[in-house]
Amino acid sequence: MTPDRAASAPADAGPGSAAPWWVPLGLGDRALGVSGFLAMIAAGLLLMFGLPMVVELFGLVQATVFLVMAILALSQGFIWGYGGIMSFGQSAFFGLGGYTYAVAVLNLGDSSVPALLAILVPAGFAALLGYFMFYGRISDAYVGVITLTVTVILFNVMNSTAGDIYHIGAAQLGGFNGMPSVPPLNWPGDPSNALDPEALWYVTAGLLIVVYALLRAILASRFGRVVVAIRENETRATLLGYDPRLYKLIVFAIGGAIAGLAGCLFTNWGGFISPTVFGLAQSAQIIIFVLLGGLGTLLGPILGAVAIQYLISIIGSQQTLNANLLLGVILVGFVLLVPQGVVPAVRSLLRVGR
Amino acid sequence: MDVIGLVAFDVLNSIAALVLLSLGLGVIYGLMRVINLAHGEFLMLGAYATALATNQGVNLWVSMLVVAPAFVGLVGLAVERGFIRFLYGRMIDTMLATWGLSLFIVGFITTVFGTTVKGVAAPLGEFSIGQYRQSAYSLFVIVMAVVLVAGVWLVLRYTKFGLIVRATMQNPAMAAALGVSPARIYMITFGLGAALTGLAGGVLAPISGVSPTMGSAYVAKAFITVIGGGAAIVTGTGIASVLFGTINQVAAYETTPVFGEVALLVSAIIMIRLLPQGITGRFFRRSL
Repeated sequence: MTPDRAASAPADAGPGSAAPWWVPLGLGDRALGVSGFLAMIAAGLLLMFGLPMVVELFGLVQATVFLVMAILALSQGFIWGYGGIMSFGQSAFFGLGGYTYAVAVLNLGDSSVPALLAILVPAGFAALLGYFMFYGRISDAYVGVITLTVTVILFNVMNSTAGDIYHIGAAQLGGFNGMPSVPPLNWPGDPSNALDPEALWYVTAGLLIVVYALLRAILASRFGRVVVAIRENETRATLLGYDPRLYKLIVFAIGGAIAGLAGCLFTNWGGFISPTVFGLAQSAQIIIFVLLGGLGTLLGPILGAVAIQYLISIIGSQQTLNANLLLGVILVGFVLLVPQGVVPAVRSLLRVGR
Repeated sequence: MDVIGLVAFDVLNSIAALVLLSLGLGVIYGLMRVINLAHGEFLMLGAYATALATNQGVNLWVSMLVVAPAFVGLVGLAVERGFIRFLYGRMIDTMLATWGLSLFIVGFITTVFGTTVKGVAAPLGEFSIGQYRQSAYSLFVIVMAVVLVAGVWLVLRYTKFGLIVRATMQNPAMAAALGVSPARIYMITFGLGAALTGLAGGVLAPISGVSPTMGSAYVAKAFITVIGGGAAIVTGTGIASVLFGTINQVAAYETTPVFGEVALLVSAIIMIRLLPQGITGRFFRRSL
């Protein structure tokens, strides 16, 4: 663990903070306590059932993709903010999940098994890659470069699969044109009863709440505490008898599974997937979600994803400002000026005010 | 026989391109441990400077060999003064900030020039290998790669400036005690790396075409070559370029160019796993 990681990760329960002594160092959201957790879930449920009453269907469809990105941001926030793993290629698992779902559902018809595969295939791939990296004791920065390279490889491969010879079963891969008209999720066992856009909103919002709760549960468990301990000081954790390689591998695989789930929902949302999901721009966005919202929190990445997606949708409709330009400024600005992100910064402000 | 000559020429070309792509990065990363994710965009800026200057009526060779490195070198200096210098020793933060810079540059160029711009044609005509015609400009690219590698090596090895740079990178505190300003040396080194990258972008512009997003195609390749090379910048980058360039071109010849590139990246990842310190971390350890 390099000093800079420890410095940039917010130590919520550090000296002088309001958290009681039994809250472990650096556990981020745990400082909120049980009541905070229940409040978060309640807010999530309120949003899930409240939003369809106040916005039109168009707004709901847009909000759905915001939440898909929020799930994706959670995967990055978990492995980076808590596991200390600097993945620059979370879009690899996102895209893999999307493609797995598309290929499987075009072959099988019913969407239950494909949705499951869209989680398991990226998780398996992440486990393989994690084994390769962590058991090779590759340093933090090189993990970044390798994950980035893997994303570039997937992009190149998928981009070149145009033409009739590239197909998996009945599914044409389509190369740079992508795979159009992918069937949406349906009620399990009944392919003719597909989910409409409103139902997809409930599914997506519900899954976001489930993923959030799951991650909170993981972080509160013994396993989660060891993961954070490894982030804080890998050598010390090793000397206490924990194997950082195994813990990092599991964290990375969980992150891959969540990103795969987001990819599956993304394919569902548009009924379409193309190699741009593997692009560097996509990877950069995921990093920005987390950095903007706050490292070492779960709420931060969710808010960051929604804020950035909202911003991009506004820019996209106005055509005056290039999205890359703005994202670049945000990324540089946050690294230099607010390296801990918005949510931790606001929290420490609140504490000072108390 | 002709085919063998052709493949050999293509392999040489692929190696030369890798050397050009990664040498500037090798200087910045190898000497300063700064992972500059805007490297691809520096290449792109070099290509743009070349194309725009040429289209304005400047001689192609002047715009390629003078305008491009001068412009990108200045950009590099500005970037170093602007924010890289606040982030020394914070590797991950540097990667993130330079990634932001890379997005910013792509967005800026797209806003100003649009998504396409008139490129430059390769000069010098053709020559033949047996029955195959080849662009003579490719020969120039190979020569440039050799010249640049030799130049960087000579400067680092034999000039007083090279000595000071190497000393500063090894022990900044000691260098400062002896009257060198490390901050100034960092700035110059970063600027030089950027200028080399700009030159490479200019030289590659007639081959690769010019577009705002061209950088992303190169950044992973350049990184993996430099990291695969290891601590000794010139020797390491050279050997890694030869190895990966050969793999790339042979695989591309057997299958398609895309899979050639994939073979390059996959073999590089495997090599980082086997030799985390790079080739020169294990072999040729005393080289430069």
